[in-house]
Amino acid sequence: MHEMHQLSTFWFWVAGAAKVIGVFTMVMLAVAYMTLAERRVSGFIQDRLGPNRVGPFGLLQPIADAVKNLIKEETMPGTSAKFYFVLGPMLAIMPAVVTFAVIPIAAPLPTPVGTVDMIVADVPIGILYILALSSLAVYGIVLSGWASNNKYAFLGGLRASAQMISYEVALGLSVIAVLLLAGNVTLTEMVWQQQQMKLWFVFPLSLAFIFFVISALAETNRLPFDMPEAESELITGYHTEYSAMKFSMFFIAEYAHVLTASALMATLFFGGWDIPVWTGDDMFWHEGALIRGFDEAGAPIAATPNVLITLLTLGAFSAKTAFFVLLYIWIRWTLPRFRYDQVMHLGWKVLLPAALGYIVLVAGTMLVLDQLGVPFGFRYGLILTGVSGVTTVAFLFFVDRDRVISGAHGQGSVARIRARAAASVAASAAVPSAARTAPGARPTTQAPPGPASS
Amino acid sequence: MSEVLFVLFAVVALGGAFGVVISKSPVASLLFMVATLASVAGIYVLFEAHFLAAIQVLVYAGAIMVLFLFVIMLLNLGHDYRADLKFGLWSLLAFVVAGLTAGVLAQGFMDVADTGFREDGAAVAAALDEAAREQGVAGVIAEPLFTDYVVAFELMGLLLLVAIVAAVVLAKPRN
Repeated sequence: MHEMHQLSTFWFWVAGAAKVIGVFTMVMLAVAYMTLAERRVSGFIQDRLGPNRVGPFGLLQPIADAVKNLIKEETMPGTSAKFYFVLGPMLAIMPAVVTFAVIPIAAPLPTPVGTVDMIVADVPIGILYILALSSLAVYGIVLSGWASNNKYAFLGGLRASAQMISYEVALGLSVIAVLLLAGNVTLTEMVWQQQQMKLWFVFPLSLAFIFFVISALAETNRLPFDMPEAESELITGYHTEYSAMKFSMFFIAEYAHVLTASALMATLFFGGWDIPVWTGDDMFWHEGALIRGFDEAGAPIAATPNVLITLLTLGAFSAKTAFFVLLYIWIRWTLPRFRYDQVMHLGWKVLLPAALGYIVLVAGTMLVLDQLGVPFGFRYGLILTGVSGVTTVAFLFFVDRDRVISGAHGQGSVARIRARAAASVAASAAVPSAARTAPGARPTTQAPPGPASS
Repeated sequence: MSEVLFVLFAVVALGGAFGVVISKSPVASLLFMVATLASVAGIYVLFEAHFLAAIQVLVYAGAIMVLFLFVIMLLNLGHDYRADLKFGLWSLLAFVVAGLTAGVLAQGFMDVADTGFREDGAAVAAALDEAAREQGVAGVIAEPLFTDYVVAFELMGLLLLVAIVAAVVLAKPRN
């Protein structure tokens, strides 16, 4: 067994450099294969094959795409603001690739020179670092939209900035509930608190998780929130004028954002690298020593890091992250796009007040539990789960499709739509075809005749 | 190492500040401003004021400056080929104000150079480190903010609320 201690300065630098290179490579590889996964899954959802010709199952397709994008001609629109046009994709990709640095990916790894934390940089501000850097992501999009000197690109850029600012608020507020429960902002500590509670935060903070997923979808500009690049109205929005590798960089940025958001969902709400039920993987630095918990008297129990545990926890983290990446893709190929005003309505009038109310509720419940002397642990979590569960059901009951996101004239519930369809069938059977209204007439609730309403 | 980084950040911060003033395009000015704010955040990190650095980037570089950019682009302000500012009486006033500010700052530095830093500086720093270990970097800020300075904090919130209400009233269509 290797001795368990922290690294010396020299080995800290060596390990740091290795982790930077390793994690960056992992992120880039994951991004490359996410593009393939997106195309294969969309093929599956739309009942077609997707790219399957380059290599077995199309596994070499990302490489072919990269080569193609590298050797394509870079176009430069004559009327663009050249400097900002080149700067845009760089600013877009920078925050996307550096945010992964503060996410812990596995249990600490024992080496002959000391125990290496499996996180690139365990900065004391943790989640704030991610929020700060992802707030810079909007510059790349806005600047490239503006510098392209193209109406569609410009509109895409403006939409992006409005949308990302709006949902940053909801995202931050949904994270505050997690901060309240974890009592700290570093992500390693959040994983540790979830291990200590023996309950992933998704249960005691179910509503915060829903807010986080919705806001993260909007922050990453993915369908149903892809206003900035809505193809049907804006060609492709802010990157209309871009080609070859500059175009690719926007896509690398988008997928890296999706990856980071998925890893964050796994870390904040699903225990990060924690393996469920098994407590043998619990590990945390406590006063210079690696511990796996406290005994009855409150004395720390030492933990023994193991290469196998590190690999297993890395597997758990990857599986959780991959699940959320798939969820992203699944949502993209299932839901239609919102209208712009619906996006703003949802962000400001639904998510913002609901998230604020939820913070008050979580804080109040925690205050009551602390006053009653309930120790932080499984029971504490279960009580919060009950409170949050009721709130979540109430929220979902009030915020159904009908009232919030259906648009100008509330299409009504499924039952009402069915009743209307049945009425229209009956009406079209009774009324001769000559008496039907012109096609395109606005359907009314009173048995609209004509085939358009079926 | 940290000296090198400090010089780097300081140069970028000062260069960016000059860039804000002398560039003719408002978008360039704004980007220089962002570079300055980000460099100042880097200097905060060198001082181990991590929380302040994160908030600096999150609030100023990430939110306020994006709104500035939004407005500049939406209104299509400024031209690359023509300076918006004309030198006149205003510039004279600006020089006077800048000179006075520089004087006050210089006076402050002189005082520090005369008296030196506070003697208990090391002890205060050690106490802060200890507190940060126990409460986390956010806790060290939050504790005094919500106990000793809670009245000022709430008044600040009220002030912002007033500003928001005023903005809504101004933006409301009159009929």
